[in-house]
Amino acid sequence: MTSTSHDQLIRGLSAELKPVGRLHRPGSRAAVWLAVVAAIAAGLAAFADVDVLWQRLAAAPDLWLAVIGSTLTAIFAAFAAFELSLPDTSRVWAALPLPAAILWIAASGVGCLRTWLAPQTHVATLGEARDCLVFIVALSVPLSALLFVMLRRAYPLYLGLTAAIAGLAVAAAAATLLNFFHPYDAAATDLAVHAVAVAIVIAVCSALTGKIFGRHSRPADVTADRLGAN
Amino acid sequence: MTRRLQSNVMALPRYGWLLPPQFPFMATDDGRVGKLRMIKAEPQNRSADDLRRSAQMAAAQAGDQAAYEALLRECVSLIKIFAGGQGVLPDHIDDVVQDVLLTIHRARHTYDPARSFTGWLRIIAERRSIDLLRRVGRQRAREIHSQLAFESYADESADPTRSARDAAASSRVHAALATLPERQREAVQVLVLQDQSLADAAIVTRRSKGALKVNLHRGLKALRGMFAEQD
Repeated sequence: MTSTSHDQLIRGLSAELKPVGRLHRPGSRAAVWLAVVAAIAAGLAAFADVDVLWQRLAAAPDLWLAVIGSTLTAIFAAFAAFELSLPDTSRVWAALPLPAAILWIAASGVGCLRTWLAPQTHVATLGEARDCLVFIVALSVPLSALLFVMLRRAYPLYLGLTAAIAGLAVAAAAATLLNFFHPYDAAATDLAVHAVAVAIVIAVCSALTGKIFGRHSRPADVTADRLGAN
Repeated sequence: MTRRLQSNVMALPRYGWLLPPQFPFMATDDGRVGKLRMIKAEPQNRSADDLRRSAQMAAAQAGDQAAYEALLRECVSLIKIFAGGQGVLPDHIDDVVQDVLLTIHRARHTYDPARSFTGWLRIIAERRSIDLLRRVGRQRAREIHSQLAFESYADESADPTRSARDAAASSRVHAALATLPERQREAVQVLVLQDQSLADAAIVTRRSKGALKVNLHRGLKALRGMFAEQD
């Protein structure tokens, strides 16, 4: 390969140059997605019995912590995903949602002891827990579709990591919204189902990395030799 | 470890305004200060060259082909320096250059002219260099150099009649190609003879991938027909 092939590539790229709209800052784009999530939350709140939700949360401080944890996880993971979608951003951004995720998991984990600490509590049956799984997965579909459409506008170099953090944002947002229709105290079975649902969402998002960012995925082992053949 | 620390410092490039005004590290045009990389690239700290490159990239975002071409040509030498700094061997540097040029092209809408272009380019070049080093490392882990097998392998080009046969076949193919319509001939040349990918061929020929596919299919079908008749 010689400088001739570089010249040829540069001429080709210049010839096909078209004006492009500059990408908005990652924070602004994350705020747009979070605003959509907030709008969905407002819509769900109109149908949910909010008084019961407040009473339930007031009676169990660990549930409050879990809600705060999942909400912060969704917010920070969304910001991190949009940062990671730029080609010049550090992978360190992936650590941003981890403290909130730890709070979420730890506060939820307290629920595992609930049946032992408070035997009168209403624990979700397996069928009811299955509804949680369906809710989280179903709500994740539109949220992840919107998020990935927005992320595709950028150009991530860490494809798998970006998709996984985006999946975490979606799963955390869906788990937060689930609280509007979750009249059960978090117990081991319920939490296990939630964990499975979150894992499904993250795994599917990661597995679809190639489809989502397909146009970017080839790390250009590309044209060099081929163009050099001209 | 140093590289990891450097990339960590880059973690918050767009939030430099959070720093106090007297933050001790001041960026050079490529975003480096000694062994530490600056997390903020304010215009007043950037060199004239970097500002010019930023202006060229902003013009490219608006569709200025001349500015874009000049910028990409200037990038080639910078990319070679950045790739060399990552330990990419000279025989692979050109691969990184092409890789980075394509990345710049596809990610040009993500560049913010308020920030250092050279710093932006450096990070992309370093990432692509690391990608290439990993690919080469994986390849070396799978393949071994077998001196004996190499020496005992028959050299096909040593056949004295080979060049004559190749020349005859080549002239036959080119004669058949010459009879094809121009678009079909071009599609066969770039996609088959030059072995370019569909995306690259579309750039070079300035035609859509779909049109290239159709022309290639028709061209190959016509060529098969011609050779079948001759044989």
